[in-house]
Amino acid sequence: MQDRMTHLQRLEAEAIHIMREVVAEAENPVMLYSIGKDSSVMLHIAMKAFYPAKPPFPIMHIDTMWKFSEMIGFRNKMAEDLGLELIVHINPEGEQMKMNPFVHGSAKHTDVMKTQGLKQALDKHGFDVAFGGARRDEEKSRAKERIFSFRNENHHWDPKRQRPELWNVYNARKNPGETIRVFPLSNWTELDIWQYIHLEKIPIVPLYLAKPRPVVERDGVLILVDDDRLPMEEGEEPMMKTVRFRTLGCYPLTGAVESDADTLPDVIQEMLLTTTSEREGRVIDFDSTASMEKKKQEGYF
Amino acid sequence: MVHVSDLISEDIESYLAAHEQKELLRFITCGSVDDGKSTLIGRMLYESHMLFDDHLAALEADSKKVGTQEGEIDFALLVDGLAAEREQGITIDVAYRFFSTDKRKYIVADTPGHEEYTRNMATGASTADVAIILVDASQGVLTQTRRHSFIVSMVGVKRIILAVNKLDLVDYSEEVFNKIKSDYHEFASEALTLEEITAIPISALKGDNIVESSENTPWYDGQSVMEYLETVEVAASSQSRSFRMPVQWVNRPNREFRGFTGLIGSGCISTGDRIRVLPSGTESTVARIVTYDGDLELAGAGRSVTLTLTDEIDISRGDIIASADSPCSSADQFQARILWMDDSAMMPGREYLFKSNSQTSSMTLGRLKHRVDVNTLEELPAKVLDMNEIGICNISLSSRIAFDPYDADPVMGGFVIIDRMTNNTVGMGLIDFALRRADNIHWQSMDVTKQSRAEQKSQRPRLIWFTGLSGSGKSSIANILEKKLQAMGRHTITLDGDNIRHGLNRDLGFTKADRVENIRRVGETSKLMVEAGLICISSFISPFASEREMVRSMMDEGEFVEVFVDTPLEVCEQRDVKGLYAKARAGELPNFTGISSPYESPQDPEIRIDTTQVSAEEAAEQIIDYLSRS
Repeated sequence: MQDRMTHLQRLEAEAIHIMREVVAEAENPVMLYSIGKDSSVMLHIAMKAFYPAKPPFPIMHIDTMWKFSEMIGFRNKMAEDLGLELIVHINPEGEQMKMNPFVHGSAKHTDVMKTQGLKQALDKHGFDVAFGGARRDEEKSRAKERIFSFRNENHHWDPKRQRPELWNVYNARKNPGETIRVFPLSNWTELDIWQYIHLEKIPIVPLYLAKPRPVVERDGVLILVDDDRLPMEEGEEPMMKTVRFRTLGCYPLTGAVESDADTLPDVIQEMLLTTTSEREGRVIDFDSTASMEKKKQEGYF
Repeated sequence: MVHVSDLISEDIESYLAAHEQKELLRFITCGSVDDGKSTLIGRMLYESHMLFDDHLAALEADSKKVGTQEGEIDFALLVDGLAAEREQGITIDVAYRFFSTDKRKYIVADTPGHEEYTRNMATGASTADVAIILVDASQGVLTQTRRHSFIVSMVGVKRIILAVNKLDLVDYSEEVFNKIKSDYHEFASEALTLEEITAIPISALKGDNIVESSENTPWYDGQSVMEYLETVEVAASSQSRSFRMPVQWVNRPNREFRGFTGLIGSGCISTGDRIRVLPSGTESTVARIVTYDGDLELAGAGRSVTLTLTDEIDISRGDIIASADSPCSSADQFQARILWMDDSAMMPGREYLFKSNSQTSSMTLGRLKHRVDVNTLEELPAKVLDMNEIGICNISLSSRIAFDPYDADPVMGGFVIIDRMTNNTVGMGLIDFALRRADNIHWQSMDVTKQSRAEQKSQRPRLIWFTGLSGSGKSSIANILEKKLQAMGRHTITLDGDNIRHGLNRDLGFTKADRVENIRRVGETSKLMVEAGLICISSFISPFASEREMVRSMMDEGEFVEVFVDTPLEVCEQRDVKGLYAKARAGELPNFTGISSPYESPQDPEIRIDTTQVSAEEAAEQIIDYLSRS
């Protein structure tokens, strides 16, 4: 008598186990929902983990005011379709100063709207544990991060003081002021995510699929003209190109790739045959080799 | 790319269908930087074409800048992630790597090899199916080879690849390879509990026998490293054990549904199977195996499920659902192997927290029987364990837990040790066997304290202080509360006017001074009861806020639970159970609280009970609920 399981089934079972551990031990957990493909997978697994009950925690989006408009529509529809409580947080200081990546620069925009916004939202609602969809294959410093990853009262990560994580026994005991980021998809790769979305027919934002869209080219990066806030340079005209996105964030900071992949299998095919890694479309990573590690230490998710 | 067959470009749908059937294999690589460990992993990633162009470009640039291979690609740079490590040129923490082939997805725990990182290696090994032990062919089996092997074997890895690396440096000599292989076998048969050792001659730097058989070793006709990893059988072993599922969380969305969720740790379960719940010992039958994707008939180790049972029995987080035919046992004292992982040494006699699968208990570590020198495997006497040291000792828990010995079932016999003050994970433990009551642990260095008395009773000592007017209902609620606590196995004592005023305080009257002295004595007595580890229920009118505060200050933080039985004077007077109000009104009782003496209502009690809204029974439940939450 044997119950043969595929690698995706094992990864799913592991993620479910992690989510249930959090619910059993946390005081006030929340699931961070970035609307991207990894978040979509995480949310789908949350629906499974507590079935027939609903996930016993809200989902929260840290809105930067510059997300693709399609993402916002998708976010609201998902929360409604699944019957989940959705919390949207926008950093009021950023809102007041009309934060704009074109005016203030991408680094400041990301810091204020995303890093500070996240800290504010967690503090405001008193969440002690936040699920995130990060994967260890994304980036070198993440490869060493624990599944239960602790942040001090300033939400800083200290890579040198991580607790040993043995078997699947997680120590979720917090010191005063500490919060925990929990990554149920730690052991998934980009291919696993896509395969799972395909297999489980998980809804994703259509921006991942190719379609003719108006874009402008800036420093070799294709930027979508998502609304009229994108300042046009002298003589610049949006051009229609068949493009899609490998990763979703703030539209001025996320490069499109030219592609004809308009179905999920085509996207996977393209991903397997392509030779640049996923985060390259994301402008914030270009700074320095250890930039993500540094951002994380400062409190970026 | 190994996993990019032509199928990807020609028929992506078939490719996906095939790849959904992939299995998962976790392995750990052990060896120091000098053994070429990072190079081996970098090589495997490279050979499986899991590197993207931008990674490769960065790698080539880094190799020129900080590489140690004279400008050639330095694969080790791929793997050493954290900025601190790259500067120091060592790998300080467990890193997880991923790659996949046509048949399997691999999770690699890449762990440092130095002795001071024994704990990181044990961490990586705790989830590994297979270990790759690297040996430098020009060095042979070294102390560190033995250390790595001992640790992975102790943590329960049963299959080892002995990768004899840098064979290019010894001219691909068969003789050198055979010598190392036989040296290793000799050591392993004595010291380790392995099922299988597969020795493979390789050069990680040159790529020999990593993916394909190398022409440089014509005398070797065994598998390459990847061939072995592709075919080794591992999954079946956990499902062939007896069924065990630690209950994580009880799922109760409505009155009709009560499901027990968990990740099946061992064995398989089918609907209709008899199960036994440990440590209570209650039995029932599996009604349904519920998942979001529909009910299952059969589910095995590795699956996260929700079980419903045919009987309504009490099960909560921390319980184990086991097969009724071959259940596990339960006990509260064990012999265990401990690997210490913290800067501050392990102190026998000290209180720690024990956490296994989903069970948590407080734990005292006994005297060390001995420690094991990881280099010589010698057993040495020891009083404490420092970081990275391994020792054997007895442990005693505050409650019985369900378990199996670690060697029989790692899911049921492994635990982590948590420091109560810092909340850090300070050690890992493996249960060897339960101690019979007869060979009870002798605690030499353990002091008897309030905490040890309380832990003996498995409870948190408290003073539950009822205050309120005469006739407000304090005693009725206190009586019900004590009965309920007793039924829950708690150890209690009640102090009230009946047993105090007639004895200890019979010399006191009802003047203000006497009332103050009355409460002071009751406070001191309550404190002694709490020192004894008891839950003390004290029920007194205690009308003055300052006296109640005085008692609160005698107790430790959180021990004093003030329960304000808030019944309006009119109601008390109306009830007048003992006829006291009538007497007081008639002037027969001077200084009667509420009539001729004030009652100062608590401003911020832990619990306020409005007896016009809730019954005494409900009030007692409200208090129990508070106690279990705080």
